[in-house]
Amino acid sequence: MSLLETKRLRKFFGDLHAVDDVDFLVQEGEVLALIGSNGAGKTTLVNVISGLLRSDGGQILFRGADVTRQPVHDRIRAGIARSFQIVNLFDHLTCFDNVSLSIFSREGKTSRLMSLANGDRAVRDEALEVLNQFGLESKRNILAGLLSQGERKLLDVAVAYALRPRLLFLDEPTSGVSTREKAPIMDIVSAVVRRERITAVIIEHDMDVVFGYSDRIVAMHQGAILAQGTPAEIRKNQQVSMTLIGAPSFD
Amino acid sequence: MTGAAASVNGQSIKRALPLGLPFALVLLAVPWMVSPYQAYLLSTGLTYAIAGLGFNLLLGYTGLLSFGHAAYFGMGAYAVAFLVKYFHWSSMEVFLAAGVLAAAVTSALFGFICVRYTRIFFSILALALAQVLWSLALKFYWATGGSDGLRVPTPVLLGGMFAATEDKMDFLGGPYYYFVLVAFFVAVAVMWVIVNSPFGKALQAIRDNETRAEFVGVRVRRYRWIAFVVSGAFTGLAGALWVPANGLMTPDYLYWTFSGKIVFFAVLGGFRTFAGPILGAIVYNYLEYYAVASTVYWQFVVGAVLMFLVLAMPTGIVGAVGRLGLAFRRAD
Repeated sequence: MSLLETKRLRKFFGDLHAVDDVDFLVQEGEVLALIGSNGAGKTTLVNVISGLLRSDGGQILFRGADVTRQPVHDRIRAGIARSFQIVNLFDHLTCFDNVSLSIFSREGKTSRLMSLANGDRAVRDEALEVLNQFGLESKRNILAGLLSQGERKLLDVAVAYALRPRLLFLDEPTSGVSTREKAPIMDIVSAVVRRERITAVIIEHDMDVVFGYSDRIVAMHQGAILAQGTPAEIRKNQQVSMTLIGAPSFD
Repeated sequence: MTGAAASVNGQSIKRALPLGLPFALVLLAVPWMVSPYQAYLLSTGLTYAIAGLGFNLLLGYTGLLSFGHAAYFGMGAYAVAFLVKYFHWSSMEVFLAAGVLAAAVTSALFGFICVRYTRIFFSILALALAQVLWSLALKFYWATGGSDGLRVPTPVLLGGMFAATEDKMDFLGGPYYYFVLVAFFVAVAVMWVIVNSPFGKALQAIRDNETRAEFVGVRVRRYRWIAFVVSGAFTGLAGALWVPANGLMTPDYLYWTFSGKIVFFAVLGGFRTFAGPILGAIVYNYLEYYAVASTVYWQFVVGAVLMFLVLAMPTGIVGAVGRLGLAFRRAD
């Protein structure tokens, strides 16, 4: 059984078929790259699966259960988490609080009114551990809004990761940062993903990142899946390279 | 700005105590240092401060501006007035329990409707619902006494250990002052724990970024509603504490101008800090008292202060003092 399966999933914006009857599969344990030019429907697909947008048709099955109509917090509980292309953080909370909130939430402790958040040793240790994994431990008392763009991208992923999801969507984890910063960010993110054996779907434009970090690639075009396969197969696929970079080969 | 914002979140007991303890000691000593009337005046400020604390759980911590908090202050006060009128109760402890309960029930109901919206829609809805209560209080004069109001005599404290003496002001500036002070300390401590609890962090997350809060699994609407009820209960406690000292409850305290006063407490002191609304409420109370005493155009004075605040001190008294402190430290 695959971890995630969509059946004829559909999202239309007026006449625009952003996601057009997509059958999308994610297997347990794989790191999958979702590629495609701007407007191909990658982010919309992730938005519908994660619950940010309602689908206009089709089904989303997660571990065999239908989550198509579930509210976001139920999907989070089921184990679907995501980061955001445009950084989405709690800017007036510290890095530490940004991450620890995910842990409190995962453990069902956010409804506690009469205990101090800082008094929870286990959560505190875990939050520091997560910050450490993302190279942000020294920034733990800094407000998220004051971080550099690269650090914000990392924290955005860390907040999603701290939920310990079964499936983690990473929407362009290196967009909006300088070319020089891209590789270090991807190294950190992929190290965590590989070490913890997280099933991940990465939306990415940078083909070096895509070929370097994924087990399998799904290429989208105009709301539909154009091709899928291993990095080696996609690299040789002329249809994909023509659509994406307008050249007969990626090399 | 950011420094003030940080203090909303990163407060530890170690940081709060050196500031809070001297303040608490002064409050304890007040009845020995000033006239009973002055102590009574301060106790009014302290009850307002409890309302400000409750209000700011929504504005400062959840990001919801309520223009209708007079409803919960008023319900707390009316609950006391009704207990006196219909049941001839005089126990202050019962008054407080009834006031908190009445405000909590009202805010649970109103909040259930309001938290479906945010921003201006939330504010206006909160205002409208409070106005409904106000008009009911005016119309149902057989129960509320209409604009004449209901008299609330001086209560009995701690099951009769303290009751009103010959001179009412001796009582209000003495035992009653301490009663209010204890309630104030408890309210501050409870609210401080709430805003530093996992729940409080979740509220601040909702304030900062509602969408992301949802995506870490926070049930945004439900948490807003709980915050609304807690906020209403605190404000109701304030109303119940205030009304026996005032001696009279009229619909004026359900009217939107009183909601505006509660907003004023937070803006004056600074809604981005925990202490802001406390200080704002106490200062406002003095401001209004001395403005009323010195000129018939007192609303003009209060309005001018509000304008000055918005233009010159957008982070309120606490924010401005914090920045001054920072500037001094840098200058050293």
